[in-house]
Amino acid sequence: MSPMPGDTNAKCHDFQQAAQDALNDGRLQSLLGRTLENGFQKKRLQGMARLPEYDQLRDRARDLKNHVLDHLDVYLERFETELVKAGGQVHWARDAAHAREIVLKICEDVGAKTVTKGKSMITEEIALNDHLAAHGITPIETDLGEYIIQLRDEPPSHIIAPAFHVTKDQVAETFKDHHQHLNADRDLSEPTSLLSEARTELREKFLHADVGITGANILVAETGTAMIVTNEGNGDLTQSLPPVHIAVTSIEKVVPTLEDATLILRLLARSATGQEQSVYNTFFTAAKRPGDLDGPEAFHVVLLDNGRTDLLASEFRDILRCIRCGACMNHCPVFGVTSGHAYGWVYPGPMGSVLTPHFVGIDEAHLLPGASTFCGRCEAVCPVRIPLPELLRKWRVRGFAAGHPAGLARSMLRAWAVLAGRPKIYRVVMAGAVAGLRALAMLGRVGGAFKDLPGARGWTRARDLPVPQGGTFQTRYRKGER
Amino acid sequence: MNARTDILARLRDTLDRQQGRADREAAVARRLQNPPLAQIPKRGQTSGAQLRDTFIEEARHADAQVHRLAGVRDIPAAVRLALDNAHINALKITPHPTLKALDWAGMDVQFGPGLGGDHLGLSVAYAGVAETGTLVMVSGPTSPVTLNFLPDVHMVVILERDLVANYEAVWQRLRDAAPPGAGFLPRTVNWITGPSRTADIEQTLLLGAHGPRKLIILLIDG
Repeated sequence: MSPMPGDTNAKCHDFQQAAQDALNDGRLQSLLGRTLENGFQKKRLQGMARLPEYDQLRDRARDLKNHVLDHLDVYLERFETELVKAGGQVHWARDAAHAREIVLKICEDVGAKTVTKGKSMITEEIALNDHLAAHGITPIETDLGEYIIQLRDEPPSHIIAPAFHVTKDQVAETFKDHHQHLNADRDLSEPTSLLSEARTELREKFLHADVGITGANILVAETGTAMIVTNEGNGDLTQSLPPVHIAVTSIEKVVPTLEDATLILRLLARSATGQEQSVYNTFFTAAKRPGDLDGPEAFHVVLLDNGRTDLLASEFRDILRCIRCGACMNHCPVFGVTSGHAYGWVYPGPMGSVLTPHFVGIDEAHLLPGASTFCGRCEAVCPVRIPLPELLRKWRVRGFAAGHPAGLARSMLRAWAVLAGRPKIYRVVMAGAVAGLRALAMLGRVGGAFKDLPGARGWTRARDLPVPQGGTFQTRYRKGER
Repeated sequence: MNARTDILARLRDTLDRQQGRADREAAVARRLQNPPLAQIPKRGQTSGAQLRDTFIEEARHADAQVHRLAGVRDIPAAVRLALDNAHINALKITPHPTLKALDWAGMDVQFGPGLGGDHLGLSVAYAGVAETGTLVMVSGPTSPVTLNFLPDVHMVVILERDLVANYEAVWQRLRDAAPPGAGFLPRTVNWITGPSRTADIEQTLLLGAHGPRKLIILLIDG
């Protein structure tokens, strides 16, 4: 698998420091608890309880996505044929730079000054906003969370709750800084007043944008249809008001039929927010038809590869089933205390730690596959049953082969590998270690547990190390203690 | 090599190793011709009064209001009430023949697509899905998309005979209505389940993000 050209904005190598900073940030920790354990996790359980067939549908969704991946070229060509027949235009993009060029060209061809945007992780992946802005076109994010972080010049901290790390007081401050034309003394202490200000500001943008850009959650091959899922209605205004609509999406989003899309939609919102359905599921097929009263005059789909063809050929193929619900990060004990920014690139949490090394290279991202306890909750909640811990383990193997970690940690791992691969030596060394620890405990009169053990302070700084009782596990097992 | 050729060639390189292109094409053609039977949840398998009751219950679960009316002639009075509640007199109506034929005396009525300043919009749903209380709207000369999203209050007329148990029944109805060989989907199909919402500020659930703050469903009996 050829690695993608490294994204210079990636900060994955800083994961440990960023995680430490997050742990020391009391405000962030409280927002994490509110959003995940007391938010998404509970809501998902409630949503699951309302659909007894949930687990069976997950099996079907897994099988559906596997079928699509096994026939991906055929379905993509069918999608293209149908969309072109319906009057839409299809653009194939090799990588992020190519996709940016395609979108910019469409915008420039119609003399666009401003574009409104629906929430789209693919446009984050290709860093579209900066590119448009650099060419004199103003991109305006319209999802409330995305709008907040765009004003604050921050990346999303979660794939479906991009601004969960921002408090309402911070939102108020941001709005006062950016909405200078409004009365400076206005009251923005309540979430309702913040929302109504954003609604009014963005309403004008919706009505006057030259181009609307959305993602697509699903593409339907049989009809050439693309669809988006929103709760706010922002993506839907983005795709119906401006004269040009561009949907930027990736090649693995295609499914055969509308009924197949329906299967995914029975799982997507439920796995994400516990809703039966997101408020708006909008299916669009090409452009405005004769007689239609509204809708865009022109419609474009950008189909992005960006290394997904390599993923398909690799041992990481299963990650291409991902439907971007966010359940894995909502339930990950590591994401739950570090938050999305610590991961250093677009996709955080378990699915991100599988994708990111592929996009930015293992040298940049080698810490991410290690940012997992392998507890398995991510796999347990995944609506398309992606074996995330197994995929992370495969990245650890690749990371080690590429020289990560280096130095003492690497020597220790090597030594451990030697030991673990030779049972006789392992038993002798372990028996020696147990005897040594017990002797040390006796000499030092430490009682039942070491409070401080030189050489193991990484452990004893935060917790006690119990003194071994009796022999090693193996000797006791052989003696019949079971 | 252009990107299309390149991407498709890469896919083919990988997939040909599993199964030849001709076999894959045949498998896709077979699946599109004879799609597997969908697993429809039990809640989506209702009929008759139970179907109607499930629709009402689920729509309310999604924070929509549902009012049952005896006939289409009762629509103006229901709209009048909503206008009075909002202390306004103007509304935008989708240019649907059923609604055009009603008596709107005393109200400031316009027919057409949604505009930025619309306070109350009145539309007609193509179908209602009982499974989740979802309205299905299709775009066309008598049903603009923008009216579903721009007004503060969105009122939607749904005839009881247009209620179906599940989403699959809606796709089937659209397929059956189209002449053979032609595309059967309008430009836009909107599924609407409750009023617009966001939880982007500290996970506080707020209704009326960019779309309507209120969704009022007028269910016409019979």
